[in-house]
Amino acid sequence: MKRRKLLNTFAVHALLLLSVAVVAAPVVIAFIFSTQTPAEIFRFPPKFTIGSAFLDNYREVWTRYHLGLYMKNSAIISVAVTVGKTIVSFLAALALVYFRFPLKSWVFTFILLTLMMPTEIMIVALFELVSNLGWANTYAALIVPFLASATGTFLFRQQFLQIPESLVDAARIDGAGPLRFAWSILLPMSMNVVAAMAVIQFVYMWNQYLWPLVIIRESERQVVQVGLRMLTSGQDATNWGLVMAGAIVALLPALFVFLLLQEQFSRGFALAEEK
Amino acid sequence: METETHAAYKSRWLPWILLLPTFVILLVFLYYPTLETFRLSLYRVAFLGIRKTFVGLENYQDLFTNPEYRRIFWNTVVYSSLVVFFSMAVGLFLSVLANQKVRGWRFYRLMLIWPYALSPAVAGVIFLFLFNPQAGIVNYFLDVLFGIRPDWLTHPGLAMFVLVAAAVWKNVGYNVVFYLAALQNLPGDVLEAALIDGATPWQRFWKVTFPLLSPMTFFLFVMNTIYAFFDTFPFVDLLTKGGPNGATNVLIYNIYRDGFEFYKTGMAAAQSVVLFVGVVILTVLQFRWGERRVHYGG
Repeated sequence: MKRRKLLNTFAVHALLLLSVAVVAAPVVIAFIFSTQTPAEIFRFPPKFTIGSAFLDNYREVWTRYHLGLYMKNSAIISVAVTVGKTIVSFLAALALVYFRFPLKSWVFTFILLTLMMPTEIMIVALFELVSNLGWANTYAALIVPFLASATGTFLFRQQFLQIPESLVDAARIDGAGPLRFAWSILLPMSMNVVAAMAVIQFVYMWNQYLWPLVIIRESERQVVQVGLRMLTSGQDATNWGLVMAGAIVALLPALFVFLLLQEQFSRGFALAEEK
Repeated sequence: METETHAAYKSRWLPWILLLPTFVILLVFLYYPTLETFRLSLYRVAFLGIRKTFVGLENYQDLFTNPEYRRIFWNTVVYSSLVVFFSMAVGLFLSVLANQKVRGWRFYRLMLIWPYALSPAVAGVIFLFLFNPQAGIVNYFLDVLFGIRPDWLTHPGLAMFVLVAAAVWKNVGYNVVFYLAALQNLPGDVLEAALIDGATPWQRFWKVTFPLLSPMTFFLFVMNTIYAFFDTFPFVDLLTKGGPNGATNVLIYNIYRDGFEFYKTGMAAAQSVVLFVGVVILTVLQFRWGERRVHYGG
């Protein structure tokens, strides 16, 4: 019986390690080939070690293919939306949870319904609207439409509802106004949601593709995901080493933020349960 | 529907000021374009948007009678079903594995979920390389093992396979996060009762665990379908451009093409409306029967 259990544990570990390897394989392979010259990549059999163009490939995509510039643009819009949406959502949730006001359930429904309206679904109309505002080729086009969301509002709302009611009563009796209460009690107690928001929103914005593709036509303001697209089509014969170097560069910031906050992220998911 | 338990403060104007930024953004950049999409779907737009003619439901009539569009709907159904099924099945399998009370489950969880942070575009170009007929590593191994070098992206079935593989690879981690959390929150006493009853692990899983997971399964079904509808765009755009011969042309890709390459704004809007109806149905089902959860799109 004991031996069987041991065998079982061994099998589980073996299967898990295999899965981990399969999940990692595409990125590991991409990294290895991102360091090779075209001649090395087309060699038979392929070379599974670091090639001779490591720095050259990365330098070239960063400068000649402007990935450095696109990375900067992606960073600006991702940080702006992450910070902006966190503030906007926090304030909206504050109103929804801690205030008594008329038409509240209508307001709730109004926000809730936007769950059904992803940007992609209205891309044609949004393009017309934003173009008419004169925002084509600007950061505003990539930032402003994303500054509010039902997701953010409800994440904070659920967190607030889990904080004991006695706390707000105590604060009120002590004479703390709503803004004071929000700043010195609510915000510090919601840092896990702030962290979960940071991961979700940063990754979401960093990975945007379709919207920047249609609204940004000048390379000066383009984001890194669309930059990858130009990298695959912008050469006579695809230099896969460069394309893979581009992919590795483009995935690092979002992956970094994710790894940094992954505990909060996983807990944030559990928290999202509406009870 | 609202619990008023925490609503300790009362002010005539402060809540509205706090809600104002949310209202303005949602109204201008979500509600207005959504309604505008409905309106545009009733027009035929010509000459790069200069001339608009009201055509009523003609665009929709085109959509549902033209064989080319019907093929796009069919492609969308096939692609989405495959992506949803395999993302969830593999996700559930890996979660059950990682939930086996083995040491280091946190490490395994992390190593299984990190592709969540990758973009579809990054996954797309990596798979473009992996499945490249000449330089790709997949064909190298197939050549060595079986002596074949398929031309992946010019064969309809194979092209669909590559698209689905890329989309599933990127999305499995998302399902692991949720399924693993659900597994860890299962009521221990029920599982113990099944254990005492002498049920085999296989029976225990299908008769006890799986039914207990069904609210989560339903939620994930909705989320994965929405992923398959929309986040597909970069995969198709980078890997197949809808080809070969329209075999992998799905709705979201065709909306982009009609809207921004062929300037058939009305048709693009009509297809958006069809997709919107799909999302509304899914969301309503979700709120009626599923777990009430926060949407994790953005």
